[in-house]
Amino acid sequence: MAKLQSSFKNMLLSLTLIALVAAAALAGVYTLTEDPISNASAKKQKEAKEKVLPKVEGMTFADAEKVYIVKKSDTVSTIILHKAYVGEEWIGTAVEASTEGNQNMPFGGTFRLMVGFNNVGDVVRYVVLEQAETPGLGALMSTWFCNPDKPKSNILGKNPATTNFSVSKDGGDVDAITASTITSRAFLEVVVRAYNAIAQQPMLIEKVEVEPAEVFVCPNGNDPLECAGRGCAEQYCLKQKGGQQ
Amino acid sequence: MKNKALNTVLNGILRENPVFALVLGMCPTLATTTSAINGMSMGLATTFVLICSNVVISLLKNLIPDKVRIPAFIVVIATFVTMVQLLIQAYVPAVYDKLGLFIPLIVVNCIVLGRAEAFAAKNTVGLSALDGLGMGLGFSLALTLIGAVRELLGTGSLFGMNLYSETYGMLIFVLAPGAFIVLGYLMALVQKLLKK
Amino acid sequence: MVYFLIFISAIFVNNIVLSQFLGICPFLGVSKKINTALGMGAAVLFVMTLATLVTYLLQQLLNTWNLGFLQTILFILVIAALVQMIEIILKKISPSLYQALGVFLPLITTNCCLLGVAIMVASGTYKLPMGAEPGLLTGMLFAIATAIGFALALVLFAGMREQLALAKVPKALQGTPIALLTAGLLAMAFMGFSGVV
Repeated sequence: MAKLQSSFKNMLLSLTLIALVAAAALAGVYTLTEDPISNASAKKQKEAKEKVLPKVEGMTFADAEKVYIVKKSDTVSTIILHKAYVGEEWIGTAVEASTEGNQNMPFGGTFRLMVGFNNVGDVVRYVVLEQAETPGLGALMSTWFCNPDKPKSNILGKNPATTNFSVSKDGGDVDAITASTITSRAFLEVVVRAYNAIAQQPMLIEKVEVEPAEVFVCPNGNDPLECAGRGCAEQYCLKQKGGQQ
Repeated sequence: MKNKALNTVLNGILRENPVFALVLGMCPTLATTTSAINGMSMGLATTFVLICSNVVISLLKNLIPDKVRIPAFIVVIATFVTMVQLLIQAYVPAVYDKLGLFIPLIVVNCIVLGRAEAFAAKNTVGLSALDGLGMGLGFSLALTLIGAVRELLGTGSLFGMNLYSETYGMLIFVLAPGAFIVLGYLMALVQKLLKK
Repeated sequence: MVYFLIFISAIFVNNIVLSQFLGICPFLGVSKKINTALGMGAAVLFVMTLATLVTYLLQQLLNTWNLGFLQTILFILVIAALVQMIEIILKKISPSLYQALGVFLPLITTNCCLLGVAIMVASGTYKLPMGAEPGLLTGMLFAIATAIGFALALVLFAGMREQLALAKVPKALQGTPIALLTAGLLAMAFMGFSGVV
C-alpha cells in the first residue's frame, strides 16, 4: 500500500482515527482495571491494619472511627481509628493519619501513615500507605524509624507520652533521616497526632490486661522494650506496666 | 534473515545500548535506580511500551501522513503508557507506589519516540518488535545494573537481600548525587571496555 | 512570605534537575555553552508557565467528567500543540525573540520537566513549603520557580563545562561520564540547601 499523502483531509482523518481508537482502547483498559485498582487499595489497607498491630490469633476489628482535626472551623484532616480486639479485649489500635494540615509539611506533597499502638500507647509498628516523595528519599521513611540497629532513630516500642517525638535537632529524642530533616519532622508529627487521637479515647486511661499466655517472653533479659524494639521482625511482646514476665 | 533478527536484538543490548551508548532516557535512569528492583521494574515497563508502540507504529506507518507523524506517534505511545500505568496500579500496586510520577513520564522518554521515528517507521513489523525488545532489554539491564550498584553501596543489600550491615552503607549513593556519580563511572567503564 | 518560600524551595532545595531528576536530557545536551544554556532556560520558563496554566484548567475538566485516565495523553498533546503555537506566534510577532528561543522550542516537547511539572501541579503532589496550599496561584508560582531553578542549574553547569573543556580528562571519562561526575558534585552542593525551608 502506498503511503498516504499529507493532504489536509488525510491528516485530519488519520489523526482523528488514531485518537478515537486510542481513547476507546484506554476506556477499555480503564473499565477492566477499575475494580482491581480499588481492590488493591482496599487489600493494602487491610494488610496494613494487621501488620502494624501485635500478632495475635483471632484478632478482629471494630468499625472504623473517625477523628477530625479542625482549624478555624475547617476540617483540615481526618484520622481514622481501627480498634482491634481479641474476643472482648481491646489490644490496640491501628491509626490512619496523614500530613494534611500538619505544622511541618513535607516537601513531597502529603503522605499517609498507618501507625499501630498497643493498649498502653506504645508504637508497635508503622506502614507508609501513600507517599509522593522522590523515589528513594521518601522510601527511606519506611525503614528508617524501625531499624533496631539504630536505637536513636527507632520509634518502635516507644511511647509518645514518655519519649519526645521530635527530631534531635529540635531537642527531641529521635534522630532524623540523614539529609531529610523536613520529612522526618513531618513524619513524627503525624505519629504524635495519631497518638493524640487515641489518647482522647477513654479506653486508654484504663489499661486492658492481656492474658499472660499471649505475652511473648523475651529470650534474654527482662526488658520487654528491647524485644518490642526488634520491630521489623515478626515477633512482638507486649509491655506490661509494673508486671513481672 | 535469522542473523538479521538476532543482530537487531543484540544491537539494542550492546552496541547501541540506550543508556551507555546513546545516552537517552536519562531521567528515569537516574531517578528510579535507587535499588536494583526499582530499576528493573522501570526497565520492564519501558520495554513493554517500546515493543507495543514499535509494533503499532510499524503497522500504521503507511496510514500516517508524514506531516502529522510526530503527534500520531505521541498519541500511540501515550496510550500504551497509560495502559501500563493502569495495569501496574491494578496488579502490582507496590511497584506503582515506588515509581509514581515516572511511569507517565515514559511518554517523554526519548528512547521510545526515537525508536519509533528511526526504526519502526521504516521497518517491518517483526523487526520493529525485535528492535523494541532489544532496546528495552538493553535499557532494563542498564537500569538494573545502576540500581544494583547504588543499592549495594548505599544500603548494603542487593535485590533486597542484606549483604553487609546498613550502618556501613554510604547513604549518598541512594540520594541524588550518587546517581550521577555511579552512572558517570559505569559509563566510563563501558566506554573503556567497548573501545578495546 | 509563603510565596517567597515557594521560590527558595523550588529553586534551591528541591531543584528540579539536581534533586528531582527531571529535565536531565537538556541538562546534559544543551549545557556546553552559557549562552545556549540561558536560551534554553528562558524557553523553558516561557513554555512551562503557559503549559502549567492550561493543563491545570484542563485537569479540572477531567476531574468533573471523571476522565482522569486521559491525563497523560491529553497533557502531552497540549504541550506539543502549545509549543508549536508559541513557535508560530513568536515568528510573527517578535522575530528577535524567535531567533533567540526558536532553536530550543522543538526540543522542549520531549523535555520531561514540562510534563512532570504539569502532572505534579494538576494532581497537587508537588513539594510546597509549610503553610502553602496547592491551588492555581501556588501552582503557577511553583511552575515559574521550577523553571528558574532549571535555568539556574543549566547555567551553573554550563559554566563548569566551559572550564572543563580546557582541562585534561582521562580518556575513558571524556564526554558524558565526566559531565555526569561534575553534575554529581553540583548535586552534592545543592544538598547543602536541604532543610533550609
